[in-house]
Amino acid sequence: MPGMDPGTQADVIDALTGIKPGSALDALRNRRPDARDQAQASYRALFAPEIPGEVTATERFAVAAFVAGLHGDAETAAFYAAGLAASGASAELRRAIETAIAAAKAVEARGPHGSFPAGPLSRENTTGPTHRVAAETRDALGSRLAAAFDHMHLLVFHPRDAAPAALQALLDAGWSTTDIVTLSQIAAFLSFQIRVVAGLRVLAGPG
Amino acid sequence: MPDTVLEPPPHTVPAVFTRALLDWLPWLEPLAVEALTERHMAGLVDAARVKSPYFRLLARDPDALRARTLTDKDIFYNSDAGLPRAERELAAAATSRFNGCIYCASVHARFSATYSKREADVQRLLDDGVNADLGERWNAIVGAAVALSATPITFGPQHVARLRRAGLDDLAIADVIHAASFFNWANRLMLSLGEPAASAGT
Repeated sequence: MPGMDPGTQADVIDALTGIKPGSALDALRNRRPDARDQAQASYRALFAPEIPGEVTATERFAVAAFVAGLHGDAETAAFYAAGLAASGASAELRRAIETAIAAAKAVEARGPHGSFPAGPLSRENTTGPTHRVAAETRDALGSRLAAAFDHMHLLVFHPRDAAPAALQALLDAGWSTTDIVTLSQIAAFLSFQIRVVAGLRVLAGPG
Repeated sequence: MPDTVLEPPPHTVPAVFTRALLDWLPWLEPLAVEALTERHMAGLVDAARVKSPYFRLLARDPDALRARTLTDKDIFYNSDAGLPRAERELAAAATSRFNGCIYCASVHARFSATYSKREADVQRLLDDGVNADLGERWNAIVGAAVALSATPITFGPQHVARLRRAGLDDLAIADVIHAASFFNWANRLMLSLGEPAASAGT
C-alpha cells in the first residue's frame, strides 16, 4: 500500500480494502469490534512481535510476500513487498523472492486441491502441482527460506495434502517447532486477511 | 535435543466427514502443561484449553494465538444482529468441507446442527459436499463461502446479490465473509500441524 508503513498501528484490512472513517464499511466493522481489533493484533503479533523469537522480521515478510504473491492480489502483494523492503531485506533477496513468486504463479495452481484419506472420499481427490522453488532461486533465498516457501505453496493451494514429512523438511532446513508454528500462523492468517479484504471490497462495491 | 516430528499413536483415521466427536493428534510437540507461563496462559485465553494439544502447540507463539482466538470469538459469538449463529457455523462447516478439514468440519457441523436443528441438511453437506441442495438461503451461504475459499478467490458481486436476495443484510453478509475467511485460517493450521483420529470408544 503506497505510503503505508507496515510497522505502524494503521489497520491493514482497512487500508487494503480502502475503508474510510465514517463509511458504511467502517460502521459495519465496528459492529464486530474485537474481530476488527484482534485481526490487527494478529498482524502485529506476526509482523511486529513484542518478543521477536527466532524468526527474523525479514523472514516473516519474505514468507508473507510469497504467500500474498501466490494469492495474486496486487495491493496486498505490494503491501507485504514494502514490509519486506522496510525489514532491511537486500535487493538480491527481494529479487529472488520476486523470481520465486513469478515461477510459482507460472505453475497455475488452483486451490484447494489434494487428496483425502483413502475411502469414499477418494473420488473427490483432485490433483495439482506440488511446487518446489527452483535450484538457482534456492541458493539466493537460502535453504531456510526456500524450505519455508515450499511449505507455503502447500498451505496456500493444497493444505489437505499436509503430512509429517512436510514438517520434517522444515526442521531439516533449520526451523524449530516454535518457528514452524509462527510460519504456519503467517500463512494461515494471510489466507484469512486476504479473503476478508476481497470479500469486503465486493460488499462495498456497487449493487 | 533437536526438535522432531511426532509419530502419532495407533489410531483410526476418519475416512468420511462426520458430526461425531473426533480427536486431533499433533505432528509437532505441544508445550507441556507444566511448562506454560503466564504469557502462554494469556495466549490460551480460556484456561480449559490447557487440555488441548492443538492449543498448547499454538501457544508456542502465544501472542499470535491470543489475537487469533479473540478474532474467532467475536466472529462467531458476537450476538449483536447479523447472521444467526447457526449460519455462521454453516459457513465454517462449508469452508472446512471444501478445504478438506475433517476435524474442523466435525466441530462446526455439530454446532450448525445444534443451533439450526437442521441435522439432515448439515449431514447432507458433509456427505454430498458443497454442491448439496440445502435450500436457497443455505445454498447462497455455502456458495459464498466456497467462492471466498477458492484460490484464486472467485467471490464476486453475484454472490453478494444472491445473499441479499436470500434475505441477508450487509452485516449478515459481512459475517459470512468473516466466518468463511476465518476458517481458511483455522483449516490450514489443523490440516498441517496434526491429524484427526476417531475418538477412543467410537
